[in-house]
Amino acid sequence: MAPVRGAKRRRLADLHAVSSADETLCALARVPRVKIAVCVKQVPDATVHKRLDPSTNRLDRSGEGTLNATDVNAVEEALRVKDAHGGDVVVVSLGPEKAMESLRKALAMGADRAVLVSDPGAAGSDLLATSYALAKALEREAADLVLFGQQSSDADGAVLWAAVADRLRRPMVSQVAELTVEGDSLKGKRQTEFGYDVISAPLPAVVAVSDAINEPRYPSLRGIMGAKSKPQEVVALSDVGVEEDRVGDSGSRTTVRSLAPPPPKSGQVRIEDDGSAAEKIVEYLAEKRLI
Amino acid sequence: MSTLVYLESHEGELTRGGLGLLGKAASLGGDVAGVVLGSGVRDAAATAGAFGASAVYVVDDEALAAPLPQPRVDALEAVVAESGAENLLFPASVLAADVAAGLAARLDAGLNWDLTDLRLDGGELVGVRPALGDTVLVEVGWTTTPRLALIRSGTFDPVESGGSADVKDVAASFQDFSIQARLVDHLQEESSGPSIEDADVIVAGGRGLGSPEGFSYAEELAAALGGAVAATRAVVDAGWYPYSAQVGQTGKTVSPKLYIALGISGAIQHKVGMQGAGTIVAVNKDPNAPIFDFADLGVVGDLTQIAPKLTELLRARG
Repeated sequence: MAPVRGAKRRRLADLHAVSSADETLCALARVPRVKIAVCVKQVPDATVHKRLDPSTNRLDRSGEGTLNATDVNAVEEALRVKDAHGGDVVVVSLGPEKAMESLRKALAMGADRAVLVSDPGAAGSDLLATSYALAKALEREAADLVLFGQQSSDADGAVLWAAVADRLRRPMVSQVAELTVEGDSLKGKRQTEFGYDVISAPLPAVVAVSDAINEPRYPSLRGIMGAKSKPQEVVALSDVGVEEDRVGDSGSRTTVRSLAPPPPKSGQVRIEDDGSAAEKIVEYLAEKRLI
Repeated sequence: MSTLVYLESHEGELTRGGLGLLGKAASLGGDVAGVVLGSGVRDAAATAGAFGASAVYVVDDEALAAPLPQPRVDALEAVVAESGAENLLFPASVLAADVAAGLAARLDAGLNWDLTDLRLDGGELVGVRPALGDTVLVEVGWTTTPRLALIRSGTFDPVESGGSADVKDVAASFQDFSIQARLVDHLQEESSGPSIEDADVIVAGGRGLGSPEGFSYAEELAAALGGAVAATRAVVDAGWYPYSAQVGQTGKTVSPKLYIALGISGAIQHKVGMQGAGTIVAVNKDPNAPIFDFADLGVVGDLTQIAPKLTELLRARG
């Protein structure tokens, strides 16, 4: 390996091996390469009617799957950091084996490799169990930057990253609408109820991005073709050091007791525009005495 | 049963979400205490007594001055140990969600989120969570204590009960990684134009407007109706419209008589800020947009065609 210059450089180099040719280029440019892990999830396709399986109270995932929309923003942001600083982008996911199809979209966009932790024992994991398994998989990657998307379209929970950050014992910034990585630290602009806060944190760190942070690129045909030959690793829970009793029902601390339809909202009207929608809206508003 | 309610303070006052949750906790019975974390927050903490707390735990520390979640996880860990609380309830906010999830990992505790109700079933705490875009109501429970819960914002209104609370100081120590993230700047935009909180009619725009210029469709329609213009978080974050006009979980909660949503998908984050509107009209070209699940009048179509025509018809009516 080429000699490493500077304290910052050395610390990052300790975390991951880089090829000697790239190493020399980076040392010359004095830009550290950033190793980025993006946590993504396959969710039921938006056109599939989502349902909970009454026999298990779990989401029916048998239909067509897609890469969770806000995770695509996280992949895009990872690629932008890589474009600016050099580095390696790995997408990490927990899910059934068929979820690799969705991970391939991230590879087609430009991510370098994919790791899917797939194990029947993980089915039914709640937030606590999921965060444990994911943190274990991430420990193996030893990334400088762990990125999350804003929210999964199937669980509506926007909380996983904070549990993962606590397990990894790393600083965390969420709801980031603008991200800059400089040297061995990052700056994130996040929206809260009271305006925008700008937060800085040293790397390694965990960041959850807002879906407004970027417009994700579309995979090119070349990217789609190239994705097939990129490393795609499917590992079992034991491969990442997750004990069986820490996931699935035994590792979860919450339960789903029952399902019920919500109280119906009565009197809903739906129309498809055939050129007369504006007139119909006016009629509707007039009838309701709103105009 | 002992319940601890996480109370947030802003500019010296406890926020409504936490105070409303205190009342709900008190109605379930048992010991109800509040917890306030921050710097210089003791005075604000004492006011929780009037809303149903018999005690308030306070961690007053410089390390908690900035609105950052990780030091709050350390502080709550200390308070949970001190109080022995079985239930820990959080009113949902950007900050509270991160605090609750971090604490769940720290305590190996179960966290249920986005709950819209809590009740007791044979002495056992049960939460209600609307899931899959509010198309199904899920009853959730916990298998261990402490039970952690995030409650959807605006679910319970504060009820003044007129009691007083003992303030109990708790000292916390902070993990190295918890205090590495730092607040370096805070940006607040002043509002301009008619206030959306008082408006009877609101025309709101989302990503479907296509560009910042697309907001002219919303502005012209609002002008024709004598209403105000609102926006979703996505377009505010993207810089299309000012933060002061944002409706949703991290923005304002509005309840106009008429809410017209143009190009808004209807994500939960937006829905919680406007579901109290009298009549909701949604125009969106995506027939699968979740907003159609709760709009009174759902129009599938191109808003760039429909909105100008609607504006024209309304102007003609005078």
